[in-house]
Amino acid sequence: MKKVVYLDNNATTRVAPEVFEEMKPFLTDLYGNPSSIHSFGGEVRKFIDKAREQVAELLVAEPEEIIFTGSGSESDNSAIMGALELADPDKRHVIITQVEHEAVLEVGHYLKGKGYRVTELPVDRKGALALDLLADSITDDTAVVSVMWANNETGVVYPIEQIVEIVKSKGVYFHTDAVQAVGKIPVDLSRVPVDFLALSGHKLHAPKGVGALFVRNGIKMPPYIRGGHQENGMRAGTENVAGIVGLGKAAELAMERMSADAAHEKRLQDKLEKGILATCKDSRVNGANKLPNTLNVSFEFVEGESILLMLNDLGICASSGSACTSGSLEPSHVLRAMGVPHSMAHGSIRFSLSRYTTEEEIDYVLEHMPKVIDRLRELSPFTHQIA
Amino acid sequence: MWNYTNKVMEHFRNPKNVGYIKDPHGVGEVGSMACGDALKLMIKLDDQERIVDAKFQTFGCGSAIATSSVLTEMIKGKTLEEAEKITNQDIVDYLGGLPEQKMHCSVLGREALEAAIENYRNGTTGKRELEGHVVCVCFGVTENKIRSAIQSNGLTTVEQVTNYTKAGGGCGGCIPEIDEILAEMNGKKPSKKKHARAAKPQPKKLNTLEKIRLIEKTIEEDLRPELKKHGGDLELVDVDGNNVIVKLLGSCTECGISDFTLKTLIEPKLRQRVSSELAVMEA
Repeated sequence: MKKVVYLDNNATTRVAPEVFEEMKPFLTDLYGNPSSIHSFGGEVRKFIDKAREQVAELLVAEPEEIIFTGSGSESDNSAIMGALELADPDKRHVIITQVEHEAVLEVGHYLKGKGYRVTELPVDRKGALALDLLADSITDDTAVVSVMWANNETGVVYPIEQIVEIVKSKGVYFHTDAVQAVGKIPVDLSRVPVDFLALSGHKLHAPKGVGALFVRNGIKMPPYIRGGHQENGMRAGTENVAGIVGLGKAAELAMERMSADAAHEKRLQDKLEKGILATCKDSRVNGANKLPNTLNVSFEFVEGESILLMLNDLGICASSGSACTSGSLEPSHVLRAMGVPHSMAHGSIRFSLSRYTTEEEIDYVLEHMPKVIDRLRELSPFTHQIA
Repeated sequence: MWNYTNKVMEHFRNPKNVGYIKDPHGVGEVGSMACGDALKLMIKLDDQERIVDAKFQTFGCGSAIATSSVLTEMIKGKTLEEAEKITNQDIVDYLGGLPEQKMHCSVLGREALEAAIENYRNGTTGKRELEGHVVCVCFGVTENKIRSAIQSNGLTTVEQVTNYTKAGGGCGGCIPEIDEILAEMNGKKPSKKKHARAAKPQPKKLNTLEKIRLIEKTIEEDLRPELKKHGGDLELVDVDGNNVIVKLLGSCTECGISDFTLKTLIEPKLRQRVSSELAVMEA
């Protein structure tokens, strides 16, 4: 296999070796259904309970507040739709932000189609939210507010502690998509009174296909998926035992390693950022106050997909906010919401590191990045116009 | 993610004829940074009007660079008449195929060639001005371009039109109109639909006060929200006869393509909503 320098961890992460080890028995001998009466199945249940405690500990929450789901997207959908069901039926107003992940944005569009009023709060050039604007947007008919803990494209971290205070003071449900934050930065739900929180396994070195939803004690969460009584009647479907056990172990690892990982990633991210800005002119970073692992850089006069293709030939994996790489023809909605001009949005690249990223890998990227950008600038009609 | 053929990747990695020609005979510039696709094509001819050299510069994705490279290879050695016959499908065939969503890259190549030839023949600026009715304001796509793409490529669905021209790929507001054009061109609806379009009543002549009010309304409801999405803004300064004088604000002031926005969003929208005789200029 050719050399791979994997810098796309916000898209997905490697399953930690310890996590894989922990999962193996459940993919081989311990395959029973935890709801079965026989002990062969039933004794698998205690491993699920353990995983639940591990995830709860990472979030500083109670185990009974954790529901296992199939993905972060499922958790987001369940939470928002659940909150609407719980709220007064007269409350037909939902507030989200313009930079949410599609799993929240699309729920918003769906609700708009059903006659709900949906406010999409704008962000400023650095990607930050105006808290007074949020406060003013909440009305008597607001059912739920959803603001992400950290943005997947830019890494911008939102002040959820302050935000939830505003929302709860008005008696409105608050949900946060914390998919990119959990495992990277401390998320302490004993201090931050959110009602709902979504997380995704494969963003923190657990396998794909498992996520979790935190629902604060006292909230009677209506099931999003109906059927059997799994997850205390809140999410039907035979448990993805191996995935759940994996998520639990990943949560435990995250707890143990978070400070060290964050310091390691931040150091390499800084090196990458400084290096790129120094060697590639007309480049700039998008977003301030970010996760330790995420770097979103725009390169003027060149386009994102072509940068990624050249990086791909070098074995470097990253992603872009350009139109050509999105499914649609518009560049990233996050960068547009931040007012990044088109000339910069199309040429944006996101590098997202992990605990496994090495300094050699960063040096390799720094060695090749200027050549890639220079080459594409040679090809571009706009470079010469300015010159 | 995109399934590019080996030929496309070859031309992306080692594009042919990159650069510019000193004293070219024809220059075609199409697309823009806003679109995410821009191509500048230069040609040099001999005494028999045969293309002896062609060079390109492209801002765009893998498909865009590959199609530009291939285009220059295809036209070198051809006379203008021969070159003119090259269709966007020819470019795609040479490449062994392009993903559907990238077909607009081949259309851009064809347009650059047309623009370069036109520039040589008529001395027109080579920078394509938008002629005729703009259907898609998000991407600045005229009715002519849509009809031409439908005609040359036998398109039958809105999705295909988007893949070949980008029209409809932004806010989606023009999709009903694209539908109508498709239906009309594919002969699906009876011809009275055509007459219905022609018989659309011309907006009644507005007096000055009504005109200004309608301009203000359009600016407030249609234009400012769109610009704000990009951190920009717009202010009406004056209306002098059919001249609408505006001031672009916010991030528009430091944007390299504010002219483009003026000509492909602001002016067409005002012409559509108020009067086709309006001309928009910056204060």
